[in-house]
Parts: sequence; C-alpha cells; structure tokens
Amino acid sequence: MTTGALPTLAVWKFASCDGCQLTLLNCEDELMALAGQVQIAYFPEATRAVVEGPYDVSLVEGSVTTPDEIERIGQVRAMSRTLVTIGACATSGGIQALRNFGDIAEFRSVVYAHPEYLSTLARSTPISAHVSVDFELRGCPIDKHQLLEVLSAYIQRRRPRIPTTSVCVECKRRGAVCVAVAHGTPCLGPVTQAGCGALCPAFARGCYGCFGPQDTPNTSSLADRLLALGMDDDQVMRIYRTFNAASEPFRRESERHEAPQPEEVGS
Amino acid sequence: MSHKLTDGGQVLHVGTLARVEGEGAMHIEIKDGRVKQVQLRIFEPPRFYEAFLRGRAWTEPPDITARICGICPVAYQFSSCLAIEDACGVVVPDAIRTMRRLLYCGEWIESHALHIYLLHAPDFLGYPGAIEMAKDFGPVVERGLRLKKVGNQLMTLVGGRSVHPVNVRLGGFYRMPTVAELHGLRPALERGLEDALETVRLVSTFDFPDMEQPWTYLSLRPEHGYPIESGDVVTSDGTAFDVRDFTAHIKEFHVPHSNALHASLDGGGPYVVGPLARYTLNHDRLSPLAREAAREGGLDVTCRNPFKSIIVRAVELVEIFVEAIRIIDAWQDGVAPSVPVPARAGEGFGATEAPRGVLFHRYRLDADGTILDAQIVPPTSQNQPSIEADLRTLVEQWIELSDHDLSHRCEHAIRNYDPCISCATHFLDLTVERS
Ligand code: SF4
Ligand code: SF4
Repeated sequence: MTTGALPTLAVWKFASCDGCQLTLLNCEDELMALAGQVQIAYFPEATRAVVEGPYDVSLVEGSVTTPDEIERIGQVRAMSRTLVTIGACATSGGIQALRNFGDIAEFRSVVYAHPEYLSTLARSTPISAHVSVDFELRGCPIDKHQLLEVLSAYIQRRRPRIPTTSVCVECKRRGAVCVAVAHGTPCLGPVTQAGCGALCPAFARGCYGCFGPQDTPNTSSLADRLLALGMDDDQVMRIYRTFNAASEPFRRESERHEAPQPEEVGS
Repeated sequence: MSHKLTDGGQVLHVGTLARVEGEGAMHIEIKDGRVKQVQLRIFEPPRFYEAFLRGRAWTEPPDITARICGICPVAYQFSSCLAIEDACGVVVPDAIRTMRRLLYCGEWIESHALHIYLLHAPDFLGYPGAIEMAKDFGPVVERGLRLKKVGNQLMTLVGGRSVHPVNVRLGGFYRMPTVAELHGLRPALERGLEDALETVRLVSTFDFPDMEQPWTYLSLRPEHGYPIESGDVVTSDGTAFDVRDFTAHIKEFHVPHSNALHASLDGGGPYVVGPLARYTLNHDRLSPLAREAAREGGLDVTCRNPFKSIIVRAVELVEIFVEAIRIIDAWQDGVAPSVPVPARAGEGFGATEAPRGVLFHRYRLDADGTILDAQIVPPTSQNQPSIEADLRTLVEQWIELSDHDLSHRCEHAIRNYDPCISCATHFLDLTVERS
C-alpha cells in the first residue's frame, strides 16, 4: 500500500460498452464517500487527472480483442498490486466473443467497407487469458452493491464476500415464483451465478444468464429441461451463447447443440 | 512531451481525452500557421454487432444491442424494437408507447445529468473532473448526482435496472409498473424538476467561446411533443422523410483513420444530430416551462454555438422532467404489458432520439424470424465529420495558443458532442504537428 497516503484506484477499459464503469459512477450516494477513502488515480471516464502508477487496486473492464490490447493488459498488470476484472466482457470475453464461433474475416466485411483499415484479433478473450487476475466480478453489467463490497474488501485488505450459488437461490430468498415451474418459461437461473437479486424472474421473465455460469453448473441437465419446455437445439445453443458465450461451461453446452456443419464433412 | 520530426515538423503528445466514452485520438497537422489536417481517430476496438446479429432470432436484438452502450442502452433497445416491429407489421398501442417514453425519460435524465455535471461542467469551471470540482463546488456536484440518481431510479422502476434494463421486449414490456409504484417516484421527480431549472441557471453563467457553425441539423419530429422515442426525420434544410428512407438519404463511409463509420446527408457536408439539432428543429414543441427556461438561459429559438449544447441539455432536462411527471400523473393500471410480434419475412426500420442524437436501426428478417442482416447507425458516427470540422475552425481561430491550451480547448469541443466512442469508441491522445 502507498505509504501513509490513501490507497490508489485505477479504472481501465478494454473492448466493452462502459456499462460496468458506469456502475461505479452510478454509486451516487457512495461516490463522494469513496473518493475520501481511496485516491482515484486513473479513471479517464471521470477525470483528466492522472496520478502515476503503480496502483493499489485496478479495476479492468472489457475483453482483449486487438494486438495492442494484449500489450496494454500486460502493462496494466505490471502497474497494479491487485487486479480485479469487472463484468462479463473482462471475465469471459463478453458478447464480443460471439466472433469466436464465426469467421472473423466475414464479420469484418459485413460491417466495414474497408476491413483492411482494422486491426483486430480473431478471438475475444477474458483478461485472465493474458495475465493473472486477483478477483473476477461477474455480471453484464456488474451489480453496484457487489462492486462496493469488492472495493471495500480490497481497501480493508480482505477477500470480498461474493456468493457463488445460483440465481435460483436468490429467487427463493426473495420469494419470487419460479417462472420455469409455474409458467414453463425457459430460464437459465439454475446455472447462472447469483448477484443480481433474481431480477428477471421478479420481472416475469426467465434469466438469460448475464452473470455467467455459477461454480458447478449442470448445463446439460438444464438443456434437457429447456428442450422439454419446447425449445429446439438451435434455441438452446443461442440461449447459452450471449454475454458469457465463451465461458467454458456455456461454450461447451452451446456447442453440443450446434447443428453439424455439412461443408466441414471430410475436410 | 514533444519531439522534433526529422522533416522539421513538430509532434506533440498532449494528454488523454478523458470524460468521454470509448477510445479515440486526435491528430492535428499545422503547416506555416495553417491547419492542414484534423482527424478524430476512433480506435475503440470494433465489436461486430451487426455481423453477429445475423442468424439470431427476431426477438433477441433488444437484449443484445443494449450491450453496445452502457450509457444509452434504452436507445438501442427501442430503436431495435421499432425496426423489428416495423418488419413484422406491428404498431404497439399508445399506452405501451407512452411507457417506453417514460423509460426513455429515465435514460435521458441519467445521461444528460452525467454529461452536464460529471463530464462537461469541469471544462467550463477549470477542473480535471467532477471529484476534484466537488472540493469547491460541493452542492453543485451533489445536485448533479441527485439528478442522475432520479434518472437511474426511474430506469430501475420501469426497466428493472439502469444499465441494460431487463424489462424491455419486442412488443412492449415483461411487466408494467403500477400507478402506486410510479407515484412513489413523483416527489423525487418534482425535486428533479427544480434541480433541472437550477441547472439551466448555473450553466448559462459559463463562459462560452464565440463560435457559430453552419451545419445542417437533423432530428426526429413526431406528430406531437418533443422527439424522444418516435418521429419522422427532419433537417434544417427543410427536407423531411420517413425513417424508412433513412438509408436513401444518409450514406455511411469508412475512412482509414477511424474504426467508426462516418456519415453524410445526401452527399452534402457534415450534419449534426443531438441536442442542438433537436432543440433548433423542435423548439415549438417544448413545454412552456422549458421554453421559458431556454429564454432565461439566454438561448434563441435556434442554437448554433456547439459550446452552448450544455445549456440545451439543461433545457432538455427540464422538458423531460415535465414530461415524466405528466406521464406518471396520467397513467392508469390495467394496460397489457406487451402485444405479440409474430415473425414474418420483411425489412423494418426504426429510429429514436438517443440523448446524443438519432440512432437508426434496420433489420431484414426471414419468414421464421431469423435475422438476415442488420444495420445500426449510431449518433456519434454521424457527428464525427462535424466534430472534425469544429476542431478545424477552433484550431484556426486559436492557432496562437500553446499546444497545452489548444489541446484543452479541442477536448472541450469534442465533449460538446457528448460522443459515445463506445457506441461508434477512451483514450484520446491529441497530437499536434506544427511545421
Ligand atoms: S460486461 Fe456488459 S455491461 Fe459490462 S462492459 Fe461488458 S457489455 Fe458492458
Ligand atoms: S436474472 Fe439472470 S439475466 Fe436477469 S439480471 Fe439476473 S443474472 Fe442477469
């Protein structure tokens, strides 16, 4: 820790939507108190002021998608005592990782008239694929209360208390009716990590997995249930393939439901 | 900080563009005291949304496209809903449209308050950011945070959460908020309206550089009311067209120095979307209170000084609070949360006013609802050429300033547009090349 002074906080961005950083600015009631407990040393979204590293805590948002970002994450790691990734992009590659299942050359040419102007990687990867990470905070976006818990934990030099159970546990806790049992609504709650407070079921919809896989998810048993509820394989593939598509359990399950590619036969 | 080039020119790396969303850099070349080139380089990594929407179901874009931008997810959700509903031949009932408008009010409040207080005011008051500004302007920053909070509360009530709301679906919502829940927010909204009026008073006292820009303005204009969640396209040149004809008038092009596509209107010069355009083209649609606030804030019925966009944003805050309170007071329980949107083959178009300007979506669907292709035109790409043009004007006008001051002024000018560089890209390195 920086001698005598407040611990320093840096916030970094890779390929992302800024939503997880915004969650920090959305702590309207806590922001000024937080600013008294840590020195916000680097946070371009909020201030031009830059305090030179190294930093006590770095929050990293976004996934690695360009050659330049591979280099930059190495520099961020070297400057950070503690590195915490925030959000689905940084912890699982994010929605950007949908490219991992397709042909990047085709993707470029669909969106851009001059794909040659772009420098991009064929795969979107989480921060942990490149450097060691001290803690991964889930969610797309992260939950504000969880973020504050993580920050105070690292300021107080303890491990954050973040549950690794499923959304189902939160549903039961808030007394929400199970949308899957009561209405036959497809729901990823059983395999998704808690953290949002079972938001979607409370709004009468199934969980779509934005917090990513829980600790030991039984993705295939849930997939069987989804098929029994009337989904076809293609839908099951897509439900596992959204904001955490590249997380190991979701990726494997989605691939089990992928239609065989005829042109690949014999190649 | 600076180093000589071998050809005698000079390159200066002058800082990082903070307080915008996304990554970009600015490059300015000055030769013999004249501006040779100005480039706003957006190198936010491409994220290929349009490519991976292909093959997804027609029901999925509201959740997926929300993730393009954490600051204005509702804009993405609603533009995609409108476009897909259009392709499927569905027009949602007025009551659902009204609830969409209310959720969108929450996003406008959150986004405008964030931009005015946390991102833009520090430029005028001479601070690196709002946290530093709070030391001398505590109550001002507190007011900004209070405003932002009520926007987030409104989004959370109607949308389930403020970043990437979960309650939006094609055809409407999963669950309608109740009158009782909505009325619970009324006191906070009334306080917000007072704070918004205070905001106009505050920002109109700022020092504004003298600058008038001739750009064509483009915004939506609905049948009634201020443009938010619907409308036809109108321009300050007097053209008006249906959203369906957007791509016939607006051409996107790809320049080597940016990962964001540029756009032009009917082959003409730069055009501007956002608060200045909306205000100028829809001044007659403002509520009496907002119009009065505009007048008190020193605005004419048109506004051509990009630096004054902060006053216009404050006036829009007033308008949006008036609107949100009006909607809440008129709301009645018993509205079905959504209407069915069955798939069919077709092409659909949709545009809404994101806080930073028109956001256009187009989708082509298969008979079973599979998305064949998608096109998304975010506001920042449309504004990119005019941002560059403003920078050129500014550099020409203040060429004698030191690189440090010049760069500061340029950053300020970029922030006038509240560019969402994530939408279109965070680090803006400014390079001035003088020779
Ligand atoms: S995890 Fe989701 S909310 Fe966070 S940056 Fe990525 S897309 Fe945005
Ligand atoms: S219920 Fe699932 S999809 Fe909904 S917010 Fe929670 S984790 Fe995300």
